[in-house]
Amino acid sequence: MNVNMTPFRRLPTLPVWVINSALTAILVGLWPLGRALEQNLNPYYLQILILVGINIMLAVSLNLVNGITGQFSLGHAGFMAVGAYTAGVLLRHYQPEGGAIVPAMLGVLILGGLLAAAAGLIVGIPTLRLQGDYLAIATLGFGEIINVVIINTESVGPFYVGGSAGLHGIPIYANFFWTFGAALFCVVCVWRLAYSNKGKAFAAIREDEIAAGAMGVNTTYYKVAAFVIGAFFAGVAGGVSATWFGNLDPESFRFMRSIEIVAMVVLGGSGSITGAIVAAILLTWLPEQLRAVQEWRLVIYALVLILMMIFRPAGLLGNRELWPVPGRRKPAPPATSDPDSRQRMMAEG
Amino acid sequence: MALLEISNLSVVFGGLKALCDFDLSLEQGELVGLIGPNGAGKTTTFNIVTGVYRPAAGGVRLGGRSIAGLNPYQINHRGIARTFQNIRLFAGMSVLDNVLVGFNQSLRHGFVGTVLRTPRHQREDKRNQDRAMELLAKLGLDDRAMETAHNLPYGDQRRLEIARALATNPKILLLDEPAAGMNPQEKIELAAMIEMIRTQFRVGIWLIEHDMKLVMSICQRITVLDHGQTIAVGTPDQVRADPRVCEAYLGEPT
Amino acid sequence: MDQLIQQLINGLSVGATYALIALGYTMVYGILRLINFAHGEVYMVGAVSSYYLAEWSMGWTHSLWVSLPIVVVGSMVTCAILGFLIEFLAYRPLRDRPRLVVLISAIGVSLLLQNLAQFQAIFGPTPKRFPELIQSTPVLYNAAHTIVLTNLDILSLGLSLGLMVIMTWVVLGTKTGLALRAVSFRFDISMLMGINTGKIISFTFMFGSALAAVAGTIDAIRYDVRPLMGLMPGLKAFVAAVLGGIGSIPGAVVGGLLMGLSETLVKGYLPSAYTGYADAVAFVVLIVILLVRPTGLFGRVAPEKV
Ligand SMILES: Nc1ncnc2c1ncn2[C@@H]1O[C@H](COP(=O)(O)OP(=O)(O)OP(=O)(O)O)[C@@H](O)[C@H]1O
Ligand SMILES: [Mg+2]
Repeated sequence: MNVNMTPFRRLPTLPVWVINSALTAILVGLWPLGRALEQNLNPYYLQILILVGINIMLAVSLNLVNGITGQFSLGHAGFMAVGAYTAGVLLRHYQPEGGAIVPAMLGVLILGGLLAAAAGLIVGIPTLRLQGDYLAIATLGFGEIINVVIINTESVGPFYVGGSAGLHGIPIYANFFWTFGAALFCVVCVWRLAYSNKGKAFAAIREDEIAAGAMGVNTTYYKVAAFVIGAFFAGVAGGVSATWFGNLDPESFRFMRSIEIVAMVVLGGSGSITGAIVAAILLTWLPEQLRAVQEWRLVIYALVLILMMIFRPAGLLGNRELWPVPGRRKPAPPATSDPDSRQRMMAEG
Repeated sequence: MALLEISNLSVVFGGLKALCDFDLSLEQGELVGLIGPNGAGKTTTFNIVTGVYRPAAGGVRLGGRSIAGLNPYQINHRGIARTFQNIRLFAGMSVLDNVLVGFNQSLRHGFVGTVLRTPRHQREDKRNQDRAMELLAKLGLDDRAMETAHNLPYGDQRRLEIARALATNPKILLLDEPAAGMNPQEKIELAAMIEMIRTQFRVGIWLIEHDMKLVMSICQRITVLDHGQTIAVGTPDQVRADPRVCEAYLGEPT
Repeated sequence: MDQLIQQLINGLSVGATYALIALGYTMVYGILRLINFAHGEVYMVGAVSSYYLAEWSMGWTHSLWVSLPIVVVGSMVTCAILGFLIEFLAYRPLRDRPRLVVLISAIGVSLLLQNLAQFQAIFGPTPKRFPELIQSTPVLYNAAHTIVLTNLDILSLGLSLGLMVIMTWVVLGTKTGLALRAVSFRFDISMLMGINTGKIISFTFMFGSALAAVAGTIDAIRYDVRPLMGLMPGLKAFVAAVLGGIGSIPGAVVGGLLMGLSETLVKGYLPSAYTGYADAVAFVVLIVILLVRPTGLFGRVAPEKV
C-alpha cells in the first residue's frame, strides 16, 4: 500500500534539536530581556506582566486537566497554595543571599511544584473516580481543605507558616526571568504532552472515557497523571507568586481563585493551549484597565463565564490552536450541543 | 483449549437476569455470530467480556488465562478489542488521532520522553503514524485521515471504530452491530471487509448483528440468545431450522 | 449529658437551615441533573433582602407580628423571583448542552451575585448586624440553665418543619407535584405526555429559592449578613443533599440535620486547638460519601449503559 499517495502529509516541522536549541536560546534570552524591562518599564506594567506570566502557567496547567483531559477540577488554587507556601516558608526561613539565590530559587520552585504534585496525587487518586460535576465539587472540597489546613497551621517544626494571619516578609527574588522561564517550561511541557501520540490518550479520555478504556488506555493512570502534572505547574506558579509579592494571604487561594483560572480556560477554549494563554493575558490585563472600579473585576469574570457558555461555549479558539498542529488540521466545529449526553443522562435518571 | 473460552457466564441487573449460563469458545481466525431479539442480552455479553460490567458468575479465559474481573484496558492489552453498538468514537478528534489512541498501549516511552522528544519518542510517533495510515488505507478511510471523526458519514464512523479497535493489535475482535444504519451496498462491502480482517489480521471475530442475511452468509457458527438464555447454537443452517429461534423472533405460534 | 442535649438542640437548629437549602439543591438536581451552584447565593440574597425588609418595616411598626411575616414572606418572594430569573436567563438557554456547560454558567451566576452584593450601592462588602427584630431569648430551659431552647431555635425549627410539611403536601398532594415527580423520573417522556416542563422547572427553581430565602432569613437573624455568607452554608447544604442521596427529598432533610449535628458535635467535643478544622468536616464527609456510596443514604444506583 503506498502511503504517500494519500492526502496526508506531515506538516513541515523543524528537527527536534533545532527546536530544543531555540527554546534554550529563548530561555537564556529571557534574562537580558527581563533586566531591560525591569529597568525601563513602569513598575505598574511590570507587575501586570508578571501576573500575566503567573496566570499563563496556571491557565495552561489547568487546561491540561480541565480542557484536554476533560476532568473538571475546581481545586487548582489549592495546589497553587501548596507551592506558594513551600517556596515562601523556605525562602523566608533561610533568607538566601548573593550567589545562593539562583540555586535556592530553582530549588524552592521545583520543591513547591513537587509537593503540589504530591498533593495532586493524594487528591486525584480518590476523586478522579468521580465524574463531571461531582468531581468539580470534590476537588473544590479538597481545595478548601488545603486552605483550612494552612489557616490552622502556625508553624511546621522550625518553619513559620503564619496561619490565618498569612505569611509576610518573604524575600522578593522572582522577576521577569523566573516568571517567564517557568511559564515557557510549563507551556512547552503541556504542548508536547498534548500533541504527541502518547498524549492523545488525554484527549481520548475527554471524548469518551469508556471507549478510551476499551482501546487499552489506562484511564485512571492518565487522569491522575494529568492531575499531578497540572498540580506541579500550579505549585511552581504559586512559588513564583510567593516570592514576587513577598507575602501570602491564605484567603487568596480559596476557590474564587480556582474559578478565576477556570474562567481563563473556558474563555480561551477548553483544550486549546494558545487559547488559554490568550485568555490569561486578556483576563489579567482587562480588569487592570478597570482598576478604578476594582469591584468590577470579578463581575467581569462572572459575566465571561455566563456569556461564554450561552453564546460561545467552545471558547475563543474552541479546541484549536493559533497555528496548525500536526494531526488536527481540520478543526472541530464548536461543541454547541451534545444530544447524546442528554440521552445518557435521561437513561441514568 | 480455544483462544477465548467463556463458561457459565451470568449477570443480573437489579432483578433482571440479563444473561444466564452463557457458554462460548472462539478460535483464532474463526467468525462466530451472536443473534437474538432486542434486549436479549447480546451487548451485555460483550460488556462483560470486555470488563465494562462484572459478571455475577462464570468465567472468561483468554489463551488459558482468566480475564474476569480485569479492567477494560487490561483486557484490551490481553488481546480483546471491540466496537460499540451506539458509536463511541473520539468524536472531536481527527480520524488519524482516533487510530493513534489505539496504539497507545504499544508505546514504550514515558512522559519524560514525550516532553524531551527523545529519539525513541520520535521513532515511535513516526512509526505509529505510518502504521495508522496503513490501517486506514486498508479500511478505505485514508483519504479522510484529517477529518474530524464526527463529520464522517455513518458507515465510515463504523469502519473507523473497527480501524481503531484493530490498532490495539487484538487477537479477538468483538463487533456490535457493525451493519446497523448501513445501506445494502455498504453491507455487502462490510461483509467483504470483515472477511478481509479475519484473514489478514488473523483475528477471531465475534459478531452481533440483526441483519440475518449478513450473519447467515459470513458466520461459521451462531449462538442465539433470548431473554438472557441461550436457545440455540450451531451452524447457520442448523440455527435457521431451529423452531425455537423462529419462535423467539416471531412470537409464539398460535 | 446536659451539654450533649444542648449540642443536639443547636445541631438540629443549624441543621434545619441546611435542610432548607439542601431541598433546593435536591429538587433542581432531581429534575435537571444540575448542581445549582448559585443556590448558596440565593440564600445570601434571602438574608440581604430580609435585612432591608426588616429595616423598612421596623421604620413604621413595632409589632413583631407585623414585621416578621413581612420579612419572611417578602424575602421568599424576592428569592423566588431571583430563582426564576437565574433559571430563565442563565440555564434555560443551555437546556440541551452538556452538563458541564451549565455547571460553568451556574458558577458564573454564583460569582456574579456575590460580587454584585459587594457593591456599596447594593449591600457593601462588610458584614452588617441584622436590625433588632428579635432578641435571642431563652424560652424553655432547665433549672440550671444548662439546656436552653431559644426563641431563635424555635423559629428555625418551626419554620423549617412547617415548610417541609407544606412542601411534602405540594409534591405528593397536588397536580403540580405529580408533574414534578413525573419530570424528575423521565424528563423526555413527561414532555411527550404534555407536561409543560418549562413551567415545572421554573416552579422548582422558585420553590427551592423560597426555601433558601427562609434559611437566609433565619441565619441573618442568628448571625449577621454578609455578601459571601452563601458560600459555606451553600456547600454544606450541597454535601447534605449528597449525603441524603441527591434527588431525594427526605434525603435532603435527613442529610441537612445530620450535617448540622455532626458539625456542632465536632465543634463542641474536639479539643479547642482543632475546632478550626470544623469547616473541613463537611468536605471530608462529602469525599467519603462520594467514594463509598455516591448515591447517598436514599439514592438509587444507576450504572451507565454502554
Ligand atoms: N446497565 C444496565 N442496567 C440495567 N439494565 C441493563 C443495563 N444494561 C442492559 N440492561 C438490560 O439488560 C437487557 C439486555 O440488554 P442488552 O443491551 O444486552 O440487549 P441487546 O441484546 O444488545 O439488545 P439490542 O439488540 O437492542 O442491542 C435489557 O433488558 C437491558 O435493558
Ligand atoms: Mg445491543
